[in-house]
Amino acid sequence: MRPPVTADPALDRVWQALTTVHDPEIPVLNIVEMGLVREVAHARPAADAAATGQRSGVVRVVITPTFSGCPALAVIEADVAAAVRGAGVERVEVSRRLSPPWSTDEMTDEARRKLEEFGIAPPQPHGGLLQIALDAPVRCPRCGHPDTRLRNPFGSTLCREIRTCEACEETFERFKPL
Amino acid sequence: MSEDPGPPLPLTAAVREALIERLTALGDDELVLGHRDSEWTGHGPILEEDIAIANVAQDEIGHAVLWYELVQGLGGPEPDELAFTREAAAFHSAGLVEQPKGDWAFTMLRQFLFDSYEAELLPRLMRSSYAPVAEVAAKVNREELFHLRHSGLWLERLAHGTDESRRRLVAALDTLWPLLPQLLAPLPGDAALTVAGIYPDTSELEGAVMQRITGALERVDVAPPKAAAARSEPPDRRDRSSGGPLVALLAEMQSVARNDPLAEGW
Repeated sequence: MRPPVTADPALDRVWQALTTVHDPEIPVLNIVEMGLVREVAHARPAADAAATGQRSGVVRVVITPTFSGCPALAVIEADVAAAVRGAGVERVEVSRRLSPPWSTDEMTDEARRKLEEFGIAPPQPHGGLLQIALDAPVRCPRCGHPDTRLRNPFGSTLCREIRTCEACEETFERFKPL
Repeated sequence: MSEDPGPPLPLTAAVREALIERLTALGDDELVLGHRDSEWTGHGPILEEDIAIANVAQDEIGHAVLWYELVQGLGGPEPDELAFTREAAAFHSAGLVEQPKGDWAFTMLRQFLFDSYEAELLPRLMRSSYAPVAEVAAKVNREELFHLRHSGLWLERLAHGTDESRRRLVAALDTLWPLLPQLLAPLPGDAALTVAGIYPDTSELEGAVMQRITGALERVDVAPPKAAAARSEPPDRRDRSSGGPLVALLAEMQSVARNDPLAEGW
């Protein structure tokens, strides 16, 4: 998803700030284009914030994990809190939501392009047909050849697998469709 | 950070207690198996598999945290406390996941058996009437697909590889087969959970898991052991009267936390 344009300049600033937060394991992507941000909202009514003299009151940010054992999540949460405070928000509440579970289909096309440019083959959109996506051909991010083979269904992070290109013989990683 | 608070659910005290028991068992199985898998880190047979088993271990431990957070949500201790401060007697893990890691065939066959169990359990839990259980199951189920693809390939590789790989597979099956009934056996509170629509019917689940496993073994031409007399676990997984390998596992896993219980994190 892209930062939605809300009717609220304060929340727009928060969404903008969130585009500066990156998954530490995939530094080229921000968490908004990965689709990890589930909600940005005032945790209290704005009038309440004005009454207590706070600049922007309390903002609630809800994010969802990619893989549930991913150690990057705690870092992302801390970075989210810092970025939102940097956008002039007095207090920020960061929480997690599991449902609906995150899918790589939530990545923007821009995110897929950045991944491939970075050297990681992007996950194909699958519309829920994960088994088919896992066995579909994967293009080599270095030479573009479609003839690549799976070396290891697991890679350097939970979200990646290792493949080898039959044409240029380079070994590369693919972000697994989830 | 805490989960988003869901809508409050009217659980009776008895159902709540039964649910805590079952969630603890689900988390304990994942944590103990994840720890056993993690013992291969740096010792895998080849680099690719070293990476793979470390990933699987990390996933399983991540799943344990999700189940433990539901325990916490019902008024139980927080996940770190559950993992690092309980004695073996308080764990509800099954003997199957507690066995020492053995050789690679043993580890991969155990993983395959557990993945097969989860492949039947999780889709049923996704239909749980208790929304937090259904949500965790949906999350975990997606990730488990990768585990079953991996361990299923190893089942084939071990069965059709060499005489040696097949011998090791059959030996692992002899040890693990008698441990399956306990993994699948109901806890005393499960019946109440089934009535409430929270947890699947355990005898139907057991049938589905065993059918899946025997089908997979048939396809690689391996016969299940006939008599399961070799070693037998107490039918209730919470019965710790015989000690067992969990004590040594916890002594290692909990050693850092016990040395400095007030540390902010381990």
